[in-house]
Amino acid sequence: MDFSWVDKYWPLFVQGLWCTVLLLVISATFGFLLAILVAVARISRFRMLRVISGSFTTVIRGTPLLVQIYIVYYGVGTLLAGTPGIRTSLLWPYLRDGFWYVALSLTISVAAYDGELLRGGLLSVPKGEIEAARGFGMSRWLILRRIWLPAAIRMLLPNLLSDCVLLLKSTALASTVAVVDLVGAANRVRSDTFLVYEPLLAIAVVYLLFSGLLALLGARADARVARR
Amino acid sequence: MGQSIEHIVTTIGDWSGALLAGAIMTLKLSVTAFIVGQVIGMVCAAARLWGGPVARRVALVYTTMLRAVPELLLILLLYYTGSAGIVALFQYLGFGNIEIDAFATTVIVLGIVQGAYAAEVFRGAILSIPEGQIEAANVFAFPPFMMMWRIIIPAMMPVAIPGMANLWVILVKDSSLVSVVGFSELLSGARAAAASTKMYFTFYCAAGLIYLVLTLVSNRLAQIVERRVRHGSQQPGG
Repeated sequence: MDFSWVDKYWPLFVQGLWCTVLLLVISATFGFLLAILVAVARISRFRMLRVISGSFTTVIRGTPLLVQIYIVYYGVGTLLAGTPGIRTSLLWPYLRDGFWYVALSLTISVAAYDGELLRGGLLSVPKGEIEAARGFGMSRWLILRRIWLPAAIRMLLPNLLSDCVLLLKSTALASTVAVVDLVGAANRVRSDTFLVYEPLLAIAVVYLLFSGLLALLGARADARVARR
Repeated sequence: MGQSIEHIVTTIGDWSGALLAGAIMTLKLSVTAFIVGQVIGMVCAAARLWGGPVARRVALVYTTMLRAVPELLLILLLYYTGSAGIVALFQYLGFGNIEIDAFATTVIVLGIVQGAYAAEVFRGAILSIPEGQIEAANVFAFPPFMMMWRIIIPAMMPVAIPGMANLWVILVKDSSLVSVVGFSELLSGARAAAASTKMYFTFYCAAGLIYLVLTLVSNRLAQIVERRVRHGSQQPGG
């Protein structure tokens, strides 16, 4: 075991960790907002919305995330690169970077998985609560926003947080499209120094601590839900 | 973009053999790794439930740590350690020098990851067996192996099957990760096709479609198996 590289490479690992955290926060936030739309569409009165959101969920949950990332990064990326004038546009530096493609793929993935979870949650909110709200003359939108969604989210909080651990693990796939997240940082050390295990083991410890932290938050949320 | 539909269709036709071979390899890999994973999972669940203090702790550390670290990282770690480690292990056990091929390494790597999740599924399922059934088997002085085979496994199956089916689907999807370390399966096939034809979007979508068919068929089969196993058991709602 040789850890002499740490002196030279620790800034790269800090940068990698930051990238992992950013991916996690961006995709968890936007993914969750999209998930609400997906869940509401899945229990909608309109058949069309149910079919579209249902197929979206099936396709995303039925294919590997890595394939989705490749489709978005290589597929859409190549199509974009072929669009005339885009290389000189102000957006090009962002469009070239794998980061945003991975963030987009992860967001879509969260929308599908959490959308499915939320659908179940919405359906298991006691009917009486919603009927009571209707009795007060609340509109459908107000009921959803004030009563239905909060009740479902409160019930699902532990599951949503444990999904964050899965999401954290998924962010590692960013390294496959040359994004320097934690795994990307370890890969770079490996190719620079020919050390295989040390950098990988080092980031494994970081992931363990990070997952542990998220699990701790989950346990806390569990206790809070149980108290109610 | 300037490609006609005709051109796309013929190119897919040219590469369909490679994609199909990849899909078959993905299935082979997943089936074998699934079996390895279930065995590891069962041993681990047994260790956590009935093991001595050391076995219990080892199993707990294994299931907790492996589920907290990204699968991709585990695959990288185990793959690079894997081949060297397995050769050393077999030498230590006295099997002599064996040749390890990439398939065996990949199966073992995926199986080790799968085992950690399977252990949790089995532990939950075993805990759901009514205590009385195991006590009754004890009274009849069932030896441990027979107890496992005749009582515990049949009684836990209805509870375990949905979890196992879920793990199988996750495994089929996770098997795509081994393309990163250069093992050739479905996604590697699609990557080769995409790189040589420059039709990235088409071929990655084609690979996605094949994965989708695999997972949808799996889900359907799982429902059928579940209905069969539940039949005759006295689980609520069975």
